[in-house]
Amino acid sequence: MINLPHPYVQDLMKDPLNFEHMIDEIPIGVLILDMDRRVVFLNRAFEAMSGFSPLMAHGVQCHNILRSAACISNCPVLSGKDDNRSICCESDMINLDRQRLPIRMTNAPILDNNNNIKGFIETIEDIRNIQKLDGEKSAAYSFANIVGRSPQMEKIFQTLPVLAQSDSSILITGETGTGKDLVAEAIHQTSSRESGPFIKINCGALPETLLESEIFGHQKGAFTGAVENKPGRFKLAHNGTIFLTEIGDLPLPLQVKLLTFLDDKIIYPLGSTKGFKANVRIIAATHRNLEQMVAANRFRKDLLFRLNVARIHLPPLRDREGDIRLLIDYFFNNYRQQLDKNINGFSKDSLMVLLNYRYEGNIRELKNIVEYAVNVSTGSSIEPHQLPSYLFDSPLANAEPDQFATEAISFEYKDDGLPTSATADNHIDTKQTWPSVQRKMILDALTKTNGKKNEAAKILGWGRSTLWRKMKLYNILS
Amino acid sequence: MIHKLTIPIFHEEIAPRFDLATEVLIILLSTGNIIEEKKTIVLPRSSADDLCHLLLAENINTIICGAIEEEYYQFLKWKKIDVYDSVAGKWSKAFDRWQKKCLNSGDILSERSIEGKNV
Repeated sequence: MINLPHPYVQDLMKDPLNFEHMIDEIPIGVLILDMDRRVVFLNRAFEAMSGFSPLMAHGVQCHNILRSAACISNCPVLSGKDDNRSICCESDMINLDRQRLPIRMTNAPILDNNNNIKGFIETIEDIRNIQKLDGEKSAAYSFANIVGRSPQMEKIFQTLPVLAQSDSSILITGETGTGKDLVAEAIHQTSSRESGPFIKINCGALPETLLESEIFGHQKGAFTGAVENKPGRFKLAHNGTIFLTEIGDLPLPLQVKLLTFLDDKIIYPLGSTKGFKANVRIIAATHRNLEQMVAANRFRKDLLFRLNVARIHLPPLRDREGDIRLLIDYFFNNYRQQLDKNINGFSKDSLMVLLNYRYEGNIRELKNIVEYAVNVSTGSSIEPHQLPSYLFDSPLANAEPDQFATEAISFEYKDDGLPTSATADNHIDTKQTWPSVQRKMILDALTKTNGKKNEAAKILGWGRSTLWRKMKLYNILS
Repeated sequence: MIHKLTIPIFHEEIAPRFDLATEVLIILLSTGNIIEEKKTIVLPRSSADDLCHLLLAENINTIICGAIEEEYYQFLKWKKIDVYDSVAGKWSKAFDRWQKKCLNSGDILSERSIEGKNV
């Protein structure tokens, strides 16, 4: 079992000082390394940034903990080792939440009484906020990284900055993939707590017993396996924001504990009688209907009232008039640049398919579809057979067709500079349903290939049996 | 049935970052986890996109890697690849654990020492 040291600072004041507490209070990440660049100690700010606790990192090579690009290409510790100088560089790191964070690292040697190097101290600053000051922030039709221009989204964009400046608890609701996480982060980044940590907890991802220790922390010896004091996410989020995602999945006993915290703002780690007064703003999110859960006694009414100080409801993508086209263009441009592809855009048929699809997975699903299409496309435009095949197979594709067909033609009646192309094409029959489009696609492919089913199936991107099945479905078989 | 496992490596260790790896180990296993083939591919440059393409082209079933961004993690999951991420230490140790079905994402398998002393 690993024994963590509890070091003291001698001779600075009359009594020895608690070193751990001292570096924990520094608001930027601090790593202390030995001569072999192994982690001797890390502070609370680094733990919040990276996800690694002092126990997890103890004695491990720092490149496996910091996981920065600089560690691999040009280790700053090695660069400054020979001439005792400190080195500052900008790089990035990937934390345990799989987030890539831009960072500024400053590295300096630790010397003994005789000026011999005994180790290194490294400070790590999260510079997301500085980098965000670029043009991205002022991009049209967006707030932080949220894109949209539908009336529903415009209303949200107007509300978000006001809510961000307040310190009230916020409840974000909406279907999966609507951007709840993005909104929560945007609120934190534009609030007065932006320099503090933003800690996310997925209430549905951990079993109840682990969740309690993860959220509120535990005292050494509180239960079997509690070999060190764990600060808990609330303590790590001190002076920042805590984001409780999937709050609807929070077990009832923990709802009571959270309620107690919301009342007196003091957390009691598991097994401890000593409380910690945490200055934390709470943002909660869920895709569940909390009112219904309250009615079914699965969510506490009083907790709902405390969280529901300000509510932001993110509409599903299918209800965001005109946003599907905007987001298709947005993601298309992103992936085209990222993948360095020379594609002009989606063909009319592909756009028709995309604009009429239901997007149960909302923006996340649309993003994945566009990424896939840009990846597999080889020509100058993306054709329907280069879209994921489930778009054609899914019964959802032709569910409530009339409702979705309106999305495709809604641009025609607007005079506000909305994108044109397929949506504004005159030839699109507004009464067309997905089966009729698909029937036409099959007939077109068969005409092109002089009735050769094998070649037609290739053009459509289907297997021969899928084509045969669909031909049978649409009565094309003679 | 052939199972293909890949590990982005840095010398003898698992590369700390998926997107910065320039060397990839591919292990082909037949039924009963018998190693049929082991090959190392050296990439011309480090790129997470290129690595994802390679994994799809090689029909990889499992990947053991270090830090990986959420976007690529979700993409690989979506492509039905088993991902064991944030694993640190010697690749041989991680592979051994995987064979024994006791490897988890986040496992730190490297030796721990401070100032030359094991801790």
